[in-house]
Amino acid sequence: MSRSATTIEIDRPPVIRSGPLRWLKENLFSTWYNTLLTVGSLAIALLLAVLFGHWALTEAHWAVIPANLKLLFVGTYPLDQLWRIWATLYMVALFLGFSGGLHRGLILQIALMVAAATVLLALLPFAWATRLWILATALSTLVGFGLGRLTRQSRTSRWLEISLWLLSFPLTLVLLKGGLFLPVVGEAHNVGGWNKWGFMLNLLGAVVGITLSLPIGILLALGRRSSLPAVRLVSTLYIELIRGVPLITLLFMASNMLPLLVPTTFRPDIVIRAMMTITAFSAAYMAENVRGGLQAIPQGQFEAAYAVGLGRMLTTLLIVLPQALRAVIPAIVGQLISLFKDTTLFGFIAILELLGMVDSVLGNLQWRGTIFELYIFIGFIFWIFCYSLSYISRRIEKNLGVGER
Amino acid sequence: MGEPMIIAEDVHKWFGDFHALRGINMTVEHGEVVVICGPSGSGKSTFIRTINRLEEHQRGRIVVDGIELSHDLKNIEAIRREIGMVFQQFNLFPHLSVLQNVTLAPIWVRKWKKSKAEKIARALLERVGIPEQADKFPGQLSGGQQQRVAIARALAMQPKIMLFDEPTSALDPEMIKEVLDVIVELAESGMTMVVVTHEMGFARQAADRMIFFDEGQIVEIGTPEHFFTDPQHDRTKLFLSQILQK
Ligand SMILES: Nc1ncnc2c1ncn2[C@@H]1O[C@H](COP(=O)(O)OP(=O)(O)O)[C@@H](O)[C@H]1O
Ligand SMILES: [Mg+2]
Repeated sequence: MSRSATTIEIDRPPVIRSGPLRWLKENLFSTWYNTLLTVGSLAIALLLAVLFGHWALTEAHWAVIPANLKLLFVGTYPLDQLWRIWATLYMVALFLGFSGGLHRGLILQIALMVAAATVLLALLPFAWATRLWILATALSTLVGFGLGRLTRQSRTSRWLEISLWLLSFPLTLVLLKGGLFLPVVGEAHNVGGWNKWGFMLNLLGAVVGITLSLPIGILLALGRRSSLPAVRLVSTLYIELIRGVPLITLLFMASNMLPLLVPTTFRPDIVIRAMMTITAFSAAYMAENVRGGLQAIPQGQFEAAYAVGLGRMLTTLLIVLPQALRAVIPAIVGQLISLFKDTTLFGFIAILELLGMVDSVLGNLQWRGTIFELYIFIGFIFWIFCYSLSYISRRIEKNLGVGER
Repeated sequence: MGEPMIIAEDVHKWFGDFHALRGINMTVEHGEVVVICGPSGSGKSTFIRTINRLEEHQRGRIVVDGIELSHDLKNIEAIRREIGMVFQQFNLFPHLSVLQNVTLAPIWVRKWKKSKAEKIARALLERVGIPEQADKFPGQLSGGQQQRVAIARALAMQPKIMLFDEPTSALDPEMIKEVLDVIVELAESGMTMVVVTHEMGFARQAADRMIFFDEGQIVEIGTPEHFFTDPQHDRTKLFLSQILQK
């Protein structure tokens, strides 16, 4: 009696029971046609799964994948030079770990993801030597992380970080292709140019395309909104021309028409041309994505920036672009993902990237009729990379959500 | 006293065919607090924004701290450094923390060291009463707190003049006082200020002079006593009766 007088009854929100059975009933079997649809699609899914499972387990020759793994991933890259590819991977892993150690947060998550992926990879039935090569990637990440943690207080480590990442591009090129102190791969080993490097070309094309098309796209987007009519006209013309033409057409032009126009001595080789084309193509779309973000910035932001004395340049760099880019991260990542997948079109201009390597594999009599196995594997590889990208983009969005309006 | 801080002579402004400012003549002395009021659409914002050239005037002359406003970009940026402005909608930078909002311009425009800028910024946040919010983002603050950050951001450039365009109009009633208190304190510290506001209590307390705007013109200028007790013009009387009723 006295208790009810002194304690205050707290109304709790009603607990909604959501057992699995109830969920099933509500979502899958609520009406007779819903039930019909559920049963029907289940039956179809089951049938497909059984058919695929049967094929995958009894008929498929999965041996084609491990037997051609080297060919698919690095193409004709000479075996005795493979350490150069590993070295490139270790370098990137080291820098990633270093950045992760300096900043923690998202970069560290990415570094850890990469490290975890390599450890998982090493669990697959590779030769022991290969496993060691793979695991060394995770080790580099760790070393980088340790270095980053140790030096995170010092100012120079930030500068070091930026210079390292900038250096990573020429370093990658020298390591993979040769130059400076390393022999040039194609010439010294008599295996032809770098247009037969398999999946490595997809990765290189994507990384080059992504890092170049973003800044070019930003400049084009700013140019399209410039107060100078000439700049505006050129930017608009470029964007609309490129967007009006399919990528494959541009690639054919770069591969067939350019040789007619430019003398041999000034002509970049086919891989460079392909990379330039995909960058130019992607930049136009990037520009439109960025422009969408620019349009979303309220006039008051410009006015506040001008009022505290910032000029146009600083206002753009410090106030407008950071907000605009944040707003369009999903669109930008979507663009990057499609750029990555578009690198498979290189196959049409005599560049043997991952997809192009399929023909080489099938050319071997031993592997005739394994086309499904190969395509499923390739699809799986692309899926892993693209899914990781969109996962990272979701993390970025979430991280930046702090303090947004 | 010497030369006035702000001189406006026959200032005109058109938006297309619309004649928004029709010959504004006024001066603001060093350390003077001028309050501008008038009906909505009378050109108060347009005028106050011509002073730091967020709007360009098309005829007449505006001289701020001895520099005449012209098309010369260097000139404009030099003048904007000396004028702080506070907007009705705060216009804080949502992607930067409170501290970064306040230190941005001192670091990039005045080229101060980060440590110096942060020290001064923290002192300013203390002055406007929100030292504990330094590391939050604008979106996490109340309207009153945001407007006080905006005031601190403007003061961080150590301006000679402060412009306020209806600084409390977008605020919930219970937050108006906390912002007005800051502005009054600033007025008492001797800052040269032009304030567009309908807060008549504030005007009575802080204004050295009142200006009444209507249809792009100055209808009446005077001290607050004169303005509230003995307005000369019918339109001023009507406006005052409407606004004081509320
Ligand atoms: N950018 C603009 N373009 C066209 N008309 C404008 C613009 N800015 C203000 N005006 C017009 O000028 C007049 C004065 O506006 P404003 O100075 O904002 O008035 P107040 O601040 O006194 O309410 C209004 O009629 C308004 O519609
Ligand atoms: Mg106004």
